[in-house]
Amino acid sequence: MKELSLNILDITYNSIKAEASLIQITVTESMKKNLVEIRIQDNGCGMDEAFLSRVTDPFVTTRTTRKVGLGIPLLKQSAEDTGGRFEIRSKVGEGTVTYASFRLDHLDRAPIGDMSSTITSLIQANDRIRFIYRHETDHGSFVLDTDELHEQLGDIPLSAPEVLGWIGEYIVENLEEIQGGKV
Amino acid sequence: MKSLAELQAIKAKMQNKVMLRSNDGEETIRVVVGMATCGIAAGARPVLNAFLKEVEDRHLNNVMCTQTGCIGICRYEPVVEVYMPDGSKTTYVKMDEDKVAKVVHEHIVNNKVVQEYTIGAFEK
Ligand SMILES: Nc1ncnc2c1ncn2[C@@H]1O[C@H](COP(=O)(O)OP(=O)(O)O)[C@@H](O)[C@H]1O
Ligand SMILES: [Mg+2]
Repeated sequence: MKELSLNILDITYNSIKAEASLIQITVTESMKKNLVEIRIQDNGCGMDEAFLSRVTDPFVTTRTTRKVGLGIPLLKQSAEDTGGRFEIRSKVGEGTVTYASFRLDHLDRAPIGDMSSTITSLIQANDRIRFIYRHETDHGSFVLDTDELHEQLGDIPLSAPEVLGWIGEYIVENLEEIQGGKV
Repeated sequence: MKSLAELQAIKAKMQNKVMLRSNDGEETIRVVVGMATCGIAAGARPVLNAFLKEVEDRHLNNVMCTQTGCIGICRYEPVVEVYMPDGSKTTYVKMDEDKVAKVVHEHIVNNKVVQEYTIGAFEK
C-alpha cells in the first residue's frame, strides 16, 4: 500500500465485517523513538486460536469471492520490512487487536498519508459504529470520538455529506496542529 | 480552529433539508464502491471520495453511495457498480477521480452509460 492510512482502512474493514460496535484506531508517530505504531482494536466476533495462528498466512480467509486473504499478511510484511513488529490478538466473542510498528526513518516505510480520508470513509461505511480515533505525535495528541459528534448532532447521521465533509476538515486541522504541517 | 459546537449549525441547516428530501419522491440511484484490500490498493478510497464530493456538490439527493467488500475481479479494481432505479446495473472498472466526474455527469445525471469505462469495454 502507498500509505499506512490505506492499511489502516483495510484492516478496519475486517473489524466492521466482524460486526464490531466499537472500533478504536490509534496512531502514534515519534521522531524521538524513531517509531510509527498503529493499533486497531474492536469488539467484534473475534477468531479462535487455530484460525488466528494461520491468519498471517495469505491463504487464510473466510471470504468466498477469492481464495486468499491479503490485508493482514500485507500489513505484517510492510511492518517487518522496516524492522518493525506485527501482532494480532483475538478472542472469540470479545474482539481483536491488530498492531503494527514501523521504524520511522526506514526508507521502505510508507508515509502515514491521508488519515482524514480513511476515517471519513469508515464513518461513511457504517455510521452506527462508534469509532474512537487517537493520533499522537511528539508535539501532542488528538482524539475523535464519534459519540461526541452524535451528542452535537442528535439524530442527524454522521454519514450525511455536510457532516462528513466537516469531520474530514476537522481531522485535517487537528493533525496539522500536532504534526507541525507535515503528514 | 474548528470546534465541535459548529456541528450545531450544520444540524440546524440539515433539519430543514431532511424535510425537503422526504418530500421528493425521486427514485434512488445506488453507487457501490468495492473497498476490499485489492480495491484499496488500486485507489478505491479517492474514487469513493470523488463520488461523495460530486454527489454533494451537485446536490444529487437521490444518489446513495455505499461500500462493499470484494466484487471478485481484482485485476479490474477499483470497481464501481451503478444501479439505476429501473433495475439496470453497470459495472465500471479501473476507476479514478476523473472517470468519476464523467460517470456522474453522463450516467447519473443524464442517464447515459459511459461505455468506454465499463467492464464490457475492457474485456473486448
Ligand atoms: N478484526 C477481526 N475480527 C474477526 N476476524 C478477523 C478480523 N481480522 C481478520 N479476521 C479474519 O481473518 C481473515 C483474513 O483477513 P485479511 O487478511 O484482512 O483478508 P480478507 O479480509 O481479505 O479475508 C478474514 O477473512 C477474517 O476471517
Ligand atoms: Mg481484510
